[in-house]
Amino acid sequence: MSARYGMVIDVDRCTGCGACMMACAAENNVPALPQATARTGLTPLLVRKVSNGNNGETRREAFIPIMCMHCEHDTPCVKVCPQQAVEVDEATGIVMQMAQRCLGCRYCMTACPYHARYFNWWDPAWPPGMEKSLNPGVAVRMRGVVEKCNLCHARLHSAKEKAAVAGKREIDPADYVPACVEACSTNAIHFGDLGDANDPVSKEAHSPQAFRLLARLGTEPKLYYKSNEAWVRALAEPNSPQASEVQRG
Amino acid sequence: MASTVLTDARWITRGAERISLSRFLLWLSPWAVLLAVGVYAAALCLFYGLNQTNMDNRFAFGLWIFLDLGIIALGAGAFFTGFLVYILKRVELKPILNTAVVVGFICYSGAVAILMIDVGQPLRAWFTFWHPNTHSMLTEVTFCISCYLLVLSLEYIPILLRNRQLRRLPSFLVFEHQLHKLVPVLAAVGTLLSFFHQGSLGGLYGVLRGRPFAFRDGFLIWPSTFFLFILSAIASGPSFLVLIIATVEKVTGRKLVPQELYRRLAFISGVLLAIYVAVKCIDTLVWLNYTSPAAGFAPWQYYQHKGFGTPILFAEIILLGLLPAFLLTFRKTAASKPWLLTAAAMACAGVLLNRFVLTVQTLALPTLPFDDFLQYTPSWQEVASFAGVIAYGVIVYSLSYRYLPLFAAPKGRDSHVSGN
Repeated sequence: MSARYGMVIDVDRCTGCGACMMACAAENNVPALPQATARTGLTPLLVRKVSNGNNGETRREAFIPIMCMHCEHDTPCVKVCPQQAVEVDEATGIVMQMAQRCLGCRYCMTACPYHARYFNWWDPAWPPGMEKSLNPGVAVRMRGVVEKCNLCHARLHSAKEKAAVAGKREIDPADYVPACVEACSTNAIHFGDLGDANDPVSKEAHSPQAFRLLARLGTEPKLYYKSNEAWVRALAEPNSPQASEVQRG
Repeated sequence: MASTVLTDARWITRGAERISLSRFLLWLSPWAVLLAVGVYAAALCLFYGLNQTNMDNRFAFGLWIFLDLGIIALGAGAFFTGFLVYILKRVELKPILNTAVVVGFICYSGAVAILMIDVGQPLRAWFTFWHPNTHSMLTEVTFCISCYLLVLSLEYIPILLRNRQLRRLPSFLVFEHQLHKLVPVLAAVGTLLSFFHQGSLGGLYGVLRGRPFAFRDGFLIWPSTFFLFILSAIASGPSFLVLIIATVEKVTGRKLVPQELYRRLAFISGVLLAIYVAVKCIDTLVWLNYTSPAAGFAPWQYYQHKGFGTPILFAEIILLGLLPAFLLTFRKTAASKPWLLTAAAMACAGVLLNRFVLTVQTLALPTLPFDDFLQYTPSWQEVASFAGVIAYGVIVYSLSYRYLPLFAAPKGRDSHVSGN
């Protein structure tokens, strides 16, 4: 199996409903932390609201879901981790985080330009009874380690198991869909193999409307955005004059 | 009926004059209280987790990393003095070698203690040795600092064994003698390790491609900050020793080293600081004109936030770099104690500011176009933990000064410095 999994998020379709964030949290056993703030919470997928900076009739707003970009080249977090707790899976291109080996030094968090890595500042906890709804396929992370989006790796495992039982070497693409993609009610998040030129997502990533955040850093993120709005596409550049607001969905 | 007076006179170096034990304990008591508060704060962080701090997902590093980098730079006087004495044969610096080792030991052991609180899973620290990522600057830092702390401990032991009572034990005397023969080798090993970890600490931020404010081009695998950190550490180390020795002289009311030695340290510090400032200027120009724009970041973006404008760059390079370099180098200003101490303090402050800029300012600055400039105020637990390290340093130094011969006169020269 060899793939380069990535996403294209159609910003024009995103309504900022936050269903992707909820699905991500439920799928990956992200604990409920009432004591957390916007800066200390666990949001492997965070929908952020941005505007064109204007007021009145010319004001435009959009929602940008931010998660691990699964950088392909000179991956900042992989390079800095002192004990190889972060690695790029060569078979899938997914940047993996091994919570059980993480020291909690947070050097990877300082290295990530997208602020897509989160530290477990508290012990994981859920309201009484809610722990019964945890996903048995995903290990709960302990206090003091870093976590992030791993493109619902547990679902990839399930797809592989299903393929193995069926005697196939390759998984059926329909069996591996991350939770956020599945939950998006407007079909704004598209997931696929960027390495396959025939994959619709790969074609979409090469459309003129597609862009990547901070692409000039040279880390080759595998998360693309697309929009017909020029001011949204301008967000690709750090010098973009757009004003910002943060919204936790 | 004769009263019994508690005394420790037989533990004090023969011929040295020290205050009474009760006055000494009185001096130690506030520091002991501060240390106890620090230990309590650290225990809270270890027991309840890093939610006791005000760090967050953006400010993943905070006060501790800034001060760790700072005291490790200032502690560079230990390895650099050893390098000058044993490798470059500048024997005139030998009288301050012991105190340099003790200061270095305090700085490094304190920094390692804080680092152990600063990580989320301290019990996994050994993983770095078991699963090392050889591409990570932090791996190099971990290896070199651990090894260098061991070297400093081995350098400290012979000083410890020179205590008047410990010397009476024949086995200790033999051990001290054998270890003492190893000291030049330890100084050479310490120099090598220190060059690497001082550099790697600079490299920690210099390699961060995702943080264009800190990212620097460099030579082979090393960003320019690797070399700048080495230079700034060896420049500020002697200045820090000047400050420490002058403070000890002030507190004890004794003349411990000749004025000429102060001037010598100031000159070394000043010349190295001037070289550092020159290299730093070139580095800054390359970064402003090439490295940062190539990553898509216009340099003006970094300096448009209140309190973090270009004056901070001016202060770092000119006010606390070039100016103290001049003051420390010129014989006239270096001969004046007030000017000398002011310049040494400025040099140390400059290096601390550099570490602050690279750690805290880097994290405060936004990278995404819709990010904000963030602020962070350390919690009392963070401040108290570090205050505890300072208290630990004062206590260890005070005990060492009282019971060990820290300021030995060079061989073949009569000690005109009394009070040791």
